[in-house]
Amino acid sequence: MNNRTQYKFRLYISGHSPNSVQAVANLNALGREHLAGCHEIEIVDVLNEPKRALSDSVLLTPTLVKLSPAPVRKIVGTLSQTQTVLQALGLSIPPP
Amino acid sequence: MKSTKTPNSRIPTKAPTGITGLDEIMRGGLARGRTTLISGGPGAGKSLLALQLLVNGARDFKEPGIFVAFEEDAHRIMDNAGKFGWDLKGLQRKQLFFLDAQPTADLIQSGDFDLDGMLAVLAAKADEMGAKRIVFDAVDTVLSLLDDVKVERRELYKLHEWLLARGLTAIITAKEDGDDHHLGFMQFMVDCAVTMNHSVEEGVSQRNLRVLKYRGSSFEENEAPFVIGDRGLEVAGSRHTGESRITVSNERVSSGVSRLDTMLGGGYFRNSSMLITGFPGTAKSTLSGAFAEAACLRGEHTLFVTYDSDANEVIRNLASVNIRLQRFVNSGMLLTKSARAINGNAEIHLMRIKNVVREHHVRCLVIDPVSALLKVSTPNAVLGIAERLIDWAKMESITLLCTSLLQSELSSQLEGTPMGISTIADTWIHLNYLVRAGERNRGLSIIKSRGMGHSNQVRELVLSAAGVTLADTYMSGGEVLMGTLRWEKERAESSERAEAESTRARQRVEVENAETELAAKIRSLQRELEEKRAEKNVLDKSATNGAAELSQNKKLLRGLRKADQSGPEKRYQ
Repeated sequence: MNNRTQYKFRLYISGHSPNSVQAVANLNALGREHLAGCHEIEIVDVLNEPKRALSDSVLLTPTLVKLSPAPVRKIVGTLSQTQTVLQALGLSIPPP
Repeated sequence: MKSTKTPNSRIPTKAPTGITGLDEIMRGGLARGRTTLISGGPGAGKSLLALQLLVNGARDFKEPGIFVAFEEDAHRIMDNAGKFGWDLKGLQRKQLFFLDAQPTADLIQSGDFDLDGMLAVLAAKADEMGAKRIVFDAVDTVLSLLDDVKVERRELYKLHEWLLARGLTAIITAKEDGDDHHLGFMQFMVDCAVTMNHSVEEGVSQRNLRVLKYRGSSFEENEAPFVIGDRGLEVAGSRHTGESRITVSNERVSSGVSRLDTMLGGGYFRNSSMLITGFPGTAKSTLSGAFAEAACLRGEHTLFVTYDSDANEVIRNLASVNIRLQRFVNSGMLLTKSARAINGNAEIHLMRIKNVVREHHVRCLVIDPVSALLKVSTPNAVLGIAERLIDWAKMESITLLCTSLLQSELSSQLEGTPMGISTIADTWIHLNYLVRAGERNRGLSIIKSRGMGHSNQVRELVLSAAGVTLADTYMSGGEVLMGTLRWEKERAESSERAEAESTRARQRVEVENAETELAAKIRSLQRELEEKRAEKNVLDKSATNGAAELSQNKKLLRGLRKADQSGPEKRYQ
């Protein structure tokens, strides 16, 4: 795993709804465990920025968007199924 | 102080659908500020109806709307709706907004999610454009992603509460299929539920919709047929005639055959419905044409609908009996429409007729033959069609003339009610062939005519290059004479008349001659009489002279004889 690759994430949440709170926690944990020091997370609260959600076509919350590296990926949900998430992000090979 | 929170606040006000038949069925339209669920199988027309409700609201009722597309993307929906001429592009500037919300194919799901993001987006958009109506098309698609019945219900509740809180008139569409655990729940949740279906009965396509429930409002409970026409979905109005706006008229309009007008006591009633039944070739189209010509001559826009024969052909053929319609086609007074009945079902044909009538302010309508129209209707819908046609014609103040073909000469069918229409038509004229003395002649009888005295006699319909008329009635031995028999009778009567005439003339001459003769005789007798008188005078005169002379002579003689004065006198006596 090339740790120098920078991961950019954007997480769309809706205020403090249970799903959103859980997604934030899961994403932070995932970053700590698998991408320590090489990722940044932007959190967009659609309740505050609905126009942005609209222009980004994000309607289901929470939604995680991996902006880089390419390809762009969207994952919907609380990110509780870690294996699915890692696979989708191209991080499925567990570190030794 | 005016309170809006009276007990009546449970009774929803209506947001018109802008679809005539549907507004009738829903007694005014959708429940304003409430949610209506439209369910149906694939291809039932749910999305189209939902879109049309939105377009009508935005265009005609100043109620901007949002269309949330969960299944088809907005571009495809707009392409599909393009042929209806709804000007989606124009409306989209301000009054209409499409939100693509279909889950993308590459969507990856991990754990629970909710619709909060969508609601936040919609809230912002609704505020921005002042939306009053909103459609969630194929909401089941997104619900099934939630993959948990409890979560689905929670999200539906949330959605419903959100809609109520914002006061949006909402339309949710959902598929009806085997797996309808959300459907039952949604039907329970919403205030109004409509189901749509598309079926084929005996090869005839039939679309129906039905209101399942409508909280706080009455509604038509029967299925209503609808069609997807040139301008979108059109729903056949309900059969509810409670609050009728029918104008009853005593005005008479000509049938186009003056002697038939006489038989009817002045013509057909305006806004009434006539049915002309008969076997092939009994001149049903001819009577229709005569009616149409008379209407055009009065300057009334007339629509002549022919099924299974071309209108131009019909017009050409009618010219042979001096019914000249081409001039009115040219002037635009007469509109014609011909169709093969089999292309589309009766509802579609009816809709097309209605559209033309509305567009061109048609006052007189001919459907020749209406039986073709009824043939392509499903058996159960037949009477419904006929009833609605007549009801509609009355509502629109249209004088309607329909012909109906009878296939057999069985009297049972003749006296029966062809397609049930004869029971509801105001006037029923039957044309028949009467075979007698080796001839077929056309007989016309008025079987019924509501509200007018009418002749009960079977009359012969005579077609000629001069036009259409009814022949004088000749009775013989209790039978009406027709054709050659009538002609012979007519001839016989006229020759009798001529003979009597000449006999009279001859007799007169004879009498005159006798008179002249007698007068001449009288004159000659008169002359003779005068001669005789003259003669008599002469005689009288000569007699007196003679006597005097004689006595003079006697005196002279006596004097000569010196005879006795009286002697010979006595002997003379």
